[in-house]
Amino acid sequence: MHGLSELQFQDLVSSFLGPYYIALALMNGLAALYLWRSGQTKAWFNLPGSIGGKRVAITNVVVWLLVAMVFAVLAAIAGSGNTSIASLPEWLREAINNSTGPVVYSVGSSAVLIILYLFRGFFVRPAIAWAIWNLMWLFLGLSMTDPDFYDIVAKPDNVPIVMLVFLLAFFTWLATYRAVINDERIANGEPPLEKLDDEKILVWPDLVYTELICMIALTAFLIFWAIALPAPLEEAASSVKTPNPSKAPWYFLGLQEMLVYYDPWMAGVVLPSMIVAGLMAIPYLDFNKKGNGYYTIKERQFSYIVFQFGFLEMWITLIVLGTLLRGPNWNFFGPYEHWDAHKVEALNNVNLSEYVWQRGLNMSLPGALSFSDMPWIPLPAWLTAFLNPFLQFFSLLFGRELPGTLLVLGYFIALPPVMALTVFRGFYQRMGFIRFMIMANLLLFMASLPIKMVLRWVFQLKYLIAIPEFFFNF
Amino acid sequence: MPDLGETIRESQIWKSIFRHPMPVDRRNRIVVMLTNFFLHLHPVSIKKQGIALSYTWCMGGVTFFLFLVETVTGVLLMFYYRPTVEWAYTDIQMLRDVHSLGILREIHRWGAHAMVITVWLHMYRVFLTGSYKPPREFNWVVGVFLLLLTLLLSFTGYLLPWDQLAVWAITVGSNMARATPFLGHEGPGQQLLTLGGVDMITNASDARFALLGAREVGEETLNRFYILHCIAIPLGVALLLAIHFWRVRKDGGISGPL
Ligand code: HEM
Repeated sequence: MHGLSELQFQDLVSSFLGPYYIALALMNGLAALYLWRSGQTKAWFNLPGSIGGKRVAITNVVVWLLVAMVFAVLAAIAGSGNTSIASLPEWLREAINNSTGPVVYSVGSSAVLIILYLFRGFFVRPAIAWAIWNLMWLFLGLSMTDPDFYDIVAKPDNVPIVMLVFLLAFFTWLATYRAVINDERIANGEPPLEKLDDEKILVWPDLVYTELICMIALTAFLIFWAIALPAPLEEAASSVKTPNPSKAPWYFLGLQEMLVYYDPWMAGVVLPSMIVAGLMAIPYLDFNKKGNGYYTIKERQFSYIVFQFGFLEMWITLIVLGTLLRGPNWNFFGPYEHWDAHKVEALNNVNLSEYVWQRGLNMSLPGALSFSDMPWIPLPAWLTAFLNPFLQFFSLLFGRELPGTLLVLGYFIALPPVMALTVFRGFYQRMGFIRFMIMANLLLFMASLPIKMVLRWVFQLKYLIAIPEFFFNF
Repeated sequence: MPDLGETIRESQIWKSIFRHPMPVDRRNRIVVMLTNFFLHLHPVSIKKQGIALSYTWCMGGVTFFLFLVETVTGVLLMFYYRPTVEWAYTDIQMLRDVHSLGILREIHRWGAHAMVITVWLHMYRVFLTGSYKPPREFNWVVGVFLLLLTLLLSFTGYLLPWDQLAVWAITVGSNMARATPFLGHEGPGQQLLTLGGVDMITNASDARFALLGAREVGEETLNRFYILHCIAIPLGVALLLAIHFWRVRKDGGISGPL
């Protein structure tokens, strides 16, 4: 923490962690109470041996009560200032710092999402999901005692991201849980859960009262948040003191993270426009009539996967990366690493044209054409002045940058027809030419980001097409 | 001794405001929905699953409520805030330091963050229930505009405290605009737009200039963002919300299995 001694930091953290763990203990206690009162007690395993001739079973209620006890003990330990006991061991934090980087983070988060998706039937089981939920909170609590972690996560404007992650985890569980049930019911020829609540009820009182209760709860929550966390106010603006890192507001940090792989015209203008246009196009591209008005995955697997890839993987994980793990000079920092402004990362990325001409063919890069080199062309001076930039640009595009131009044109123009004839044959037939082409191009734009990431990681590729003379780098 | 609540509810004033007594039977519960201005946004009856929290997550409603909270606290903040380089920062300092102003600024700021989160969650649930499918395609499009405006509301508001955090976040964000193809002075194709050898797109005529009202984030930008934040965008949101809610009902209420 800036300007805080170690002791002050410990005080700060323990005054936070005490109530934090108590809340978690209460959460588990309430869960146990709920299971018990609603008659959902289940024996998970039997203790060896028996007492008085009876076998003793450990039930789910007992397990969550024990978890609550663990949290209560943690509350006592951390709340009384012994933060070093209630934290992750130093070697583990070191190991996490050293083993993480943009590649591990991105590949790892994709792998986790894929595993969660493939084995969703297992992970949505309430007991499993509850255990993961507890572990997430525990991990956060144990990490908070690390000053560098605390520094980033407890920054007032970063707190919403932590909330976002937990809320998304919860709601993704809820939706998947219901989808798994519905998919089973549909497979058995039963209607989805939502159909069971088909009867009509009066809005007064049921809806109006629900709304009222929601509003009161939300107001209480906002007031609590506002009292607990003062709004940030830094020094007065100064146009000479550039903060490092300079970050956009957190909800745009996915875009800022894209700047690592794309120039601003793509990351800041074209791709955001494509996101908005693509979102609006969804209802007109998704021709699947099923899955309207109930949670399901099996009945709309394609659109589900595409959306989740775009939302959870490309939007949310990039925001988390950009906010929590990108430090000065936009370098990557592990979650427990100090944000050192002097950390240098070697950047020796190479353009595709340099690969081809210089390394492949051992030649120097071809230059641009210009009318001044071609006095034999009989055009008036005002016309050549007007046409010159065009000539320069296109001679670079189809000269020096030809390899990349061909690749990019092939990707966006040749690939869609190929898709229509092969894997997406059925789609093409049902969607028609225009709708299919729009969908194909949107998908290709979306896929271009991970492709560029992989090219960067594997080949240190900077740009496929690099025409900095015209701010045209792709 | 008559019950106090009874006396109030029987008074002429109360009866003149609330056109209908507290409804307890079915007929009156229907009538109250039809005769109350605020409640007539709702239908009279609704499918049970349309109000199931596990189905809608109530996130659209929460977003709307947050919008109202932001409107009220925003108006209150406007009493204490002058959008000029001279005053903006000190006015926010006042809001922080003067105790009687309490947590006004906090509620507005955290409410704004929360609104961004809940609007995403709302979109997430609408997608996951397939509620954008016919006949609700257009309401989804209206929703995407609302999403965009919500982000812009947050973004324009971020500048107003005029501290380092604010100015540099907006600088970083708006720097993108100068790379707009053709319309940004560092965008691809900008060189192609020349008139008699003179660039048409410069740092004083490009997309970024239009956004900031100047070459750098400054006085003009503050004024521009203030007006966008307090007037233009909220009006746009209000209009789109009216359409959004109207369409929810016209499209047959909350979606459900056919
Ligand atoms: C300021 C932002 C928004 C507000 C206040 C808002 C409010 C609401 C409310 C109150 C409902 C009723 C059902 C519910 O609560 O879930 C609703 C439904 C709906 N919203 Fe939004 N919304 C917003 C943004 C969006 C966005 C970003 C989208 C999608 C991109 C969207 C698409 C829809 C659709 C399609 C429905 C109908 C859902 C159904 O029938 O199940 N809305 N909205």
